[in-house]
Order: sequence, then structure tokens, then C-alpha cells
Amino acid sequence: MSNMLEVADLGHTYGDYEAIGGLTFTVRAGELVCVVGPSGCGKSTLLRTISGLIAPSRGDVSLKGSHLAVVFQDYSRSLFPWLSVQGNVEFPLRKLPRAERRARAAEALEWVGLGAAARKRPWQLSGGMQQRVAIARALAYRPALLLMDEPFASVDAQTRFELEDLLLRVRREHDTTVLVVTHDIDESVYLGDRILVLSGSPARLVADLDVPLPAERDQVTTRTDEAFVALRSKVARLLNVGKPSMDVEKWAAAERESLSETVSS
Amino acid sequence: MRAFTRGLLGIAGFLALWELLGRSPLIPAHALPPPSVVFGELVVQLTSPDFISHVVATVLAVLIAIGIAIAIAVPSGLVLGSVPAVRHATRAIVEFLRPIPSVALIPLALVVLGFGPETKITLAVYAALWPILFNTIYALDELDPLLVETSRVFGTGRVGVLFRVALPSALPFVLTGIRLAATTALIVMVSVELMAGSQIGLGYFIMEARSGPGRMDQVLVGTVVAGAIGVLLNSGLERVRRRWVAW
Repeated sequence: MSNMLEVADLGHTYGDYEAIGGLTFTVRAGELVCVVGPSGCGKSTLLRTISGLIAPSRGDVSLKGSHLAVVFQDYSRSLFPWLSVQGNVEFPLRKLPRAERRARAAEALEWVGLGAAARKRPWQLSGGMQQRVAIARALAYRPALLLMDEPFASVDAQTRFELEDLLLRVRREHDTTVLVVTHDIDESVYLGDRILVLSGSPARLVADLDVPLPAERDQVTTRTDEAFVALRSKVARLLNVGKPSMDVEKWAAAERESLSETVSS
Repeated sequence: MRAFTRGLLGIAGFLALWELLGRSPLIPAHALPPPSVVFGELVVQLTSPDFISHVVATVLAVLIAIGIAIAIAVPSGLVLGSVPAVRHATRAIVEFLRPIPSVALIPLALVVLGFGPETKITLAVYAALWPILFNTIYALDELDPLLVETSRVFGTGRVGVLFRVALPSALPFVLTGIRLAATTALIVMVSVELMAGSQIGLGYFIMEARSGPGRMDQVLVGTVVAGAIGVLLNSGLERVRRRWVAW
């Protein structure tokens, strides 16, 4: 499989504050990779540098493809209130002829099950539906990489499960390459083919873990699967959950060594 | 509906009070004609082509002034709101010009522009500029950075962001500014017609009725019609806002 995204020694500092301290990783075509890290560890900065919203202080980001799409956490502020749902999904497609734009938007709305809501305004929809509009807009753009920034952190638990399954379905059906940034360990294990674990600021790569779960996942059975439970504990330990006073770096380095024997097998 | 009924009650109370005052011996009858007399005269005037032409002249001039004010203030607001350097450079002069009452500029306008409708329209534009300009700048300050980032991620350039994101997002504020400006433009228009020796318009009609025959009933007809135009402008623009900018 070819690499869709290559990030090499990516670092970013704001003044004296080092948000990201040299990240190197790749995302292969068709893969869904989750980036998980403690709150305020520079995940957002990572996403903003990859998406080109800010220029990184050092390092390279290279995308195999012309463009990427982003789904932000705050769907209510990311959809254009003066446009219909259809208009929002058509927004990235303005360079296409009108008929094709229409068709692509309608198609993407069908994928997320919102074909009937095309003429509504986003603010007339529930939070979960609004986030589905944002996902449809991103998919309609046919991005080489779909970046998602805490995409389900602002919806209730039930909706969150629905949206997670929706994401797994559409990315399987359309072979989309996805990079999800999240602080939620369970979510990263449930969604990911691979998990990149980051340390606190400055963000450094602590571990790059394969998720040993089948492609078909289910909210009830997958979450009770032994492999799922084992991996989420491993990620939690890597993130030093519940041990805030420990030296994350040292601890993570030790953990990385111990893991390299067990995980790589 | 309740609010509407209460509104009607308020108007009825006001008219009753006016009628009482107008008929009381405390105030001379020619100084404050009661509403029964004024509205009788209103019906007469509304069938007079002369009066109608005064009303049309004022309404047209107000609409032209609002249009020109929008054409100047919205683009200026977009520039001032999105280019901080320009905004800082112009802040002092804007803060100086803004509080100048339009009527204080009448002599200057008469000398420069003469006695035609250009004068009253220019002065009304001057007064109407500020609410639109400041609301546009304010709207750009309030522009959600996430909307801008979203559009940039989807390949929208600087100009695209201005027209496809900043402008539509500013629209509700701009429309509120226009609504405020419309009332201001009407006030200035009638004032200038009244004071600057205009040949036509509601203000001129009021002035003529006052200084010629001293017909206070006609003066009040002019006043009532000016108020009605203000209410119609305001509610019309409010309706536009609700219909087109409902978020």
C-alpha cells in the first residue's frame, strides 16, 4: 500500500512554547489512523499544520493527492448558517459545473443518510445530523485524506456510537483514508486500524500501535473483545492516565521498549 | 395577537389624550388641532396630487439616500473591518466626522451643492452612512474564525473568503444597520427639506403650511405621514431580515 500522508520531523513552536516536538509518521492509502494524546498536547496544532492552516516551524508534510478535507469538532460553527444543507455540501465544489455539483452533494448526503434533509438549514437539524452534514461535505470533496478533529466530542453518547459506525461504514464503502485526532482512548481503539499515541506538550510520538481487531466492528461485541480491552489498557498506560505526577517522557520511553517486544510480534 | 391588541389600545389612548388636549380651553385651537380634524384633513390631502407628489419626492429621496449609503458603507466597512492598517489610519478622522450633526452641514452643502435635491440626499447619506459602516465593521469582528478556517481548508482564497464567508455572515448585522440608517435618513431628509429652502418634499409641505396660512392641521398631517413612512420603512426592512436572514 502506498503512503497517502507522510509527516517528517514535524515541529511547531509558538514563541517559546513548543507545541509539537518532531513528529514522524505515515498514513497509508485506505487506512484509518487515530491520533490520541492528553488534552492540550498539541493535537490541534498537529491537525492545523497538516491541513495547511498554519505553516509548521520545521519539518515536512506531504500529501499524495491534491487536497484534503477537515471535519471539525464544533459542527455548529463549521457549517454555514446562510446556506442550506445542500449548499453547505456543495461549498467545496464551486469549480465544478452546476449539475455535477448537485449530483455529488446529493450523493454524499445519501451516504450519510440525510438525502431528505437537503433543503433544510443546518441549524434546523440536531447536533448529530449537523455533524453528518459536515462529514458529507468532506466526502463530497473526494479528499486524498479526511482529517477529523475530535469529530464526535460534542454529541451525546448514543449519537456518538451512531456516528462512529457511520464513519466506519462510509470509509469502508468509499475507501477513504482517514486521520482522526481524539483524546478518547476507547474511540481511538474502536475506530482505528492504527493508533498513534502522543505524549504531552511538546507532542512526541510515544507509540505506533496496530489495532488487532477485525474490520467489521460492533459497538457491543467489539468493546468487550479481549483484544479491544487489552489495547485500550495499553494506550491508557502509555498516556499515563491516573498518574499525573510521573515523568511522562521517561515512563513512555520505558514503556516503548517493553512494548517493542510484545507488540511487534 | 395580544401584543397587537395592546398596541391598538396604546394608539387609541394616545389619540384620546390628544383629542382631549386639543379640545381643552388650555391650548388654543389653532395651535393643536385635535386628531378628528387632522385625520379629516389627511383624507383630503391624500386625494390631492400636490400632496402626493411631496410624499413621493421625500420617499424617493430617502430610498436613493439609503441605496447610496449602502453602496458606500458596506464596501468601506468590509475594507476597514478586514484590513486593520486602514482601520487604524482612519480611526481618528472617522471618530471626528461621525458626531457632526447633518443639519450643521446644511450651509456647507448649500454652498457646494446648491439648492437641488443633491443637497438633501447628500446630507441624508452622510447621516445614514455611520450605522451601516459600524455594523459592517462590527460584524467582521464577530466573524467566526472556524468558518474562515473551514472555507480555507476547502480551497477558498482571500477574496473568496471575503465574498463567500465574511459578507454573508455579516448580513444580519448589516441589515440591522440599514434599518437604523433608514430612520436616520428620513429624519435628516425632512429636516433639510424644512430648513434648507427645498422646493418639494414633506418637509417643504410642513414649512409651507406653517409659514403661509398657518394651517397647523396641515402641519400635523405632514408630521403624521412622516411618522407613517418611518414605521413602514422599519417594518418593511424587519420583514426583509426575517425572510432572508433567518439564522
